[in-house]
Amino acid sequence: MASNNSVKKTLTVAFALCIVCSVVVASAAVVLRPTQQKNQEQDRMRNLLQVAELYKPGKDIRDLYDELVTPRVVNLKTGEYAEDKNPETFNQFEAAKDPAQSITLSGSDDIAGIGRRENYATVYLVGDPDRPDEIIVPVRGQGLWSLMSGYLALKGDGNTVVGLSFYDQGETPGLGGEVENPKWKALWDGKKIYPEDSMDPAIKLVKGGVGPQTPDAIHKVDALSGATLTSKGVTHLLQFWLSDEGFAEYLARFRDKTQGA
Amino acid sequence: MAAYTPKGVLTTPIFKNNPIALQILGICSALAVTNSMSTSLVMGLAVIAVTAFSSFFVSLIRRQIPSSIRIIVQMTIIASLVIVVDQVLKAYAYEISKQLSVFVGLIITNCIVMGRAEAFAMQNGPVMSFLDGVGNGLGYTVLLLAVGFFRELFGSGSVFGFTVLQPVNDGGWYVTNGLLLLPPSAFFVIGLIIWGLRSVNPEQVEENEFKITANTKAKEAA
Repeated sequence: MASNNSVKKTLTVAFALCIVCSVVVASAAVVLRPTQQKNQEQDRMRNLLQVAELYKPGKDIRDLYDELVTPRVVNLKTGEYAEDKNPETFNQFEAAKDPAQSITLSGSDDIAGIGRRENYATVYLVGDPDRPDEIIVPVRGQGLWSLMSGYLALKGDGNTVVGLSFYDQGETPGLGGEVENPKWKALWDGKKIYPEDSMDPAIKLVKGGVGPQTPDAIHKVDALSGATLTSKGVTHLLQFWLSDEGFAEYLARFRDKTQGA
Repeated sequence: MAAYTPKGVLTTPIFKNNPIALQILGICSALAVTNSMSTSLVMGLAVIAVTAFSSFFVSLIRRQIPSSIRIIVQMTIIASLVIVVDQVLKAYAYEISKQLSVFVGLIITNCIVMGRAEAFAMQNGPVMSFLDGVGNGLGYTVLLLAVGFFRELFGSGSVFGFTVLQPVNDGGWYVTNGLLLLPPSAFFVIGLIIWGLRSVNPEQVEENEFKITANTKAKEAA
């Protein structure tokens, strides 16, 4: 047994073990990757369909998505569609990390706490892409513990909320984690983002409940009880992504259209 | 030490020598993942798989492992297995793996796995070590499920996601206990379970490390 402790034996065992283990780990990762990516895609699509109230349990998510949703890439600065970018392959979250495709946000601009904002973002249109029934925009921002990522679905006027849903968040279960509670999410239906005559987002969460008597109730949603910082995070991330830094420029065109018509 | 029987190594860790309740190992993940029963179950299965196979492989090469690097060798095997389990979960149980998030990865640091590899697998044959791993994993799972049961039932009013006590939030009558959804509550539940187990099996009670001397009589201040 003493020979086990010789330098040669030690190195041989260590080396052989590392080779075997790395082969096992690498092959597991490679073999399972397609299934995992499919899961992630499905999860994202399901969230998208759920927030737009199009999800039907039992139906194939992929089919439903392909049938109902048209993704388009939007230039956040001009609010125009970027026809040169393929919405199937463009990844705005990768772009946000790339200095060439994003801008740095500083201090007071960065209310959502995301650090960098990409120049292009993917939006999802339901129905006729030129006059969509619903517009779904991706939103994200810092909550209490985690970066919360989700989708906000708006009616064709670019102002009335259909739903808000977070597909990735790590807030305290039972408190901030209630952003995933269907009952709370139902409160968003029919709320308005912008006041009549401006493109400054007025939507926010308020403490103490929102009743018919609350002034400006149409822009207010009841905050999550016991989760002040998560609620603040939700307000901030919405106000960021719906301001001029976010989708305001893009959404303005839907308002003009509906008002003109 | 040769008195191990397959049945013995498989069943003693469940109640008699439970890794969480008696050895107080693996508490960290037991606090984190027990807020619902389904996550507890999947976490338990993952730990069973990792403990069993890591014990098996460590035992298989135990005569070749140089004692100077034995801990690193064990860790490498455990870490590789944990990554494989994590990948499998992401591929076939995506929803649950999202809830378990980092805790699957943290099985690497679960003392039960390492403890069994070092304490049992290094001295015993592969098959016995495998069973020992399964047994200890089962002990962990049983306790996790017990904690998960209380936390999910009283914290969310459901068991395995099926509503038992209709919570007020969904228009029912049961006011959920928010504390039970937070990790610290598992301390209370585990503590109560340990108390219960040791009342049934008094031999599990540890000796006091120090004897508390009897109170001295109060004296009038001089």
